[in-house]
Amino acid sequence: MTTMTYREAVRSGLREALRGDPRVFLMGEDVGRYGGAYACSRGLLEEFGPERVRDTPLSESTFVGTGIGAALGGLRPIVEVMTVNFSLLALDQVVNNAATLRHMSGGQFSVPLVVRMATGGGRQLAAQHSHSLEGWYAHIPGITVLAPATAADARGMLLAAVREPDPVFLFEHAMLYPEEGDVDESAGPVDIRHAAVRRLGGDVTLITHGGSLGKTLRAAEQLANDGIQADVIDLRVLRPLDPDAILESVAKTHRAVIIDEAWRTGSLAAEVAAQIQERAFYDLDGPVARVCSAEVPMPYAKHLEDAALPQAESIVGIVREMMKHHG
Amino acid sequence: MSDTTNAEQPAIDREHALHLFREMLRVRRLEEKSAELYALNKIHGFLHLYIGEEAVAVGVMQALKPDDAVVATYREHGHALVRGIPAGAVMAEMYGKANGCSRGRGGSMHLFDASRRFYGGYAIVGGGLPIAVGLALADKVQGGHRIAACFFGDGAAAEGEFHESLNLAALWQLPVLFLCENNLYAMGTALDRYQAQTDIRRKAEGYGIEADVVDGMDVLAVDAAARRATATIRVNSRPFLLEARTYRFRAHSMYDPELYRSKAEVEQWKLRDPLVLLECRLRELGLFSDADRATMESAVAAEIDEAVRDAEAGPWEPVEDLLKDVYSPVAP
Repeated sequence: MTTMTYREAVRSGLREALRGDPRVFLMGEDVGRYGGAYACSRGLLEEFGPERVRDTPLSESTFVGTGIGAALGGLRPIVEVMTVNFSLLALDQVVNNAATLRHMSGGQFSVPLVVRMATGGGRQLAAQHSHSLEGWYAHIPGITVLAPATAADARGMLLAAVREPDPVFLFEHAMLYPEEGDVDESAGPVDIRHAAVRRLGGDVTLITHGGSLGKTLRAAEQLANDGIQADVIDLRVLRPLDPDAILESVAKTHRAVIIDEAWRTGSLAAEVAAQIQERAFYDLDGPVARVCSAEVPMPYAKHLEDAALPQAESIVGIVREMMKHHG
Repeated sequence: MSDTTNAEQPAIDREHALHLFREMLRVRRLEEKSAELYALNKIHGFLHLYIGEEAVAVGVMQALKPDDAVVATYREHGHALVRGIPAGAVMAEMYGKANGCSRGRGGSMHLFDASRRFYGGYAIVGGGLPIAVGLALADKVQGGHRIAACFFGDGAAAEGEFHESLNLAALWQLPVLFLCENNLYAMGTALDRYQAQTDIRRKAEGYGIEADVVDGMDVLAVDAAARRATATIRVNSRPFLLEARTYRFRAHSMYDPELYRSKAEVEQWKLRDPLVLLECRLRELGLFSDADRATMESAVAAEIDEAVRDAEAGPWEPVEDLLKDVYSPVAP
């Protein structure tokens, strides 16, 4: 077991994937000579050469589509779209090709494509560089959507993704890259079907994913000082959602809060809330609450950005309110 | 314009020419039957007919090998048929039956056949170009010498993906045949109303890609131009853009009232019907008789009739299987 940063864990996963299967190759903007916009692929071009680590032009739609074609043709591409913000240019290839080729051909084709992207806000990058749109991807049948929140998952989920026969989209929150965690470099692929319970407690269920896990755990620690013990569930897999971990927890705590950095309206949090009320209505002591981003394009000024994003304080506040009314 | 219509034309091989005629006739009759069946409510949704453009798919397909990859558009029934997908499988697909080439899940715009490396069938204009680039990349990386042939229309040459795909294919020296079927209209908008540069072949220059243009109504010319283009691609492992100038005699789709062009223009182009052009040429050379015509018409009619029977008899997928093939089956 080693302590390494999330970005080092991604790099370790990429290296392991490239070594393990000659069909795997990495393609994207600045993944080669630049070493990756987030330094995830630093050194890989030197180690694996330009056929396996390919710098692409700024052509998101076409290099994602090329990844799809290459997957159809027998390779195992890992396409890096620099951030979810730029991925919008490739949404047609994702929705109309990657996600549909298997189905609309009557099951003839497999698209073993992996797409990795950075996501999230919090670094004052303003309106066009701060999106959390993994919920949009989780809306689409035909793909798997993953949100590794720990360094170990960042590595292990990538290794699992390259073995999948269908497209997998990995969302790496940009604030996580420098965060340290324990990683076993001899470990292989990890489970990509289930959520994980990151903290146990009996009073309230806090459900979150990706970059919001840290602040959710911090909120749980603060709540513990008030004598409120929280279950913290890391969704890990946004599509297909794993309801069992959530339902088991809610059956125990009777209270649920979902923390999601996306805008509140039509968020993935809304989907999780819908599933909870559909399947655990009678276990609930009160409505499911959501802590999401404010309905505003991400402002640049720090105090405004902080106010727009979910924070540990807002999670604590919501839970305290909840416990007061339904405690 | 390609020279092969005139002085340099080599002697025509009768058998090959009759083969080309028969292939075009198969497409023509399939499309005519599809239009009939659409009016009878057997085929639904969108139906985009290839009538008038047959020489392009037929001519180009001669230059492709069975293990080359083919990517096409939503106007792809002819391409599918000439590629070798049985007419019954194509017809059944348009009916939505489970014996269709896409198991009835795709319909007219999404014909697929993995065994024939026929990769669809795309309803988003330009959507197939990056797929073809990727197929060519996979082949090149795996040490093959196959071509990815990508059919698309003049409309697609305005989409960003066209430019991105040409750039990437040229940059990475990928064996892609970019086959532009220029029928002068992007749905209902004429070429000179939406392209600043209407000479589509010239767009390749900007990417350093070799290009050619050919009379798309002359199947012998298309055949020759496609062979030259594919030979270049195979030898150099570089992309090639071949623009085939053609015309569709019917509307964009069954919903299109054709308000944007005159009947006179259509009639003018019909004088250059690829079937008529080839037949006249061959008759002039004494290579085509009434008996040839009758035999072919009869055989094609029988083939199309059988295709309709296959479609009529085909089963509907059980509704219980609705969620099938969204994901790969889980390994036991």
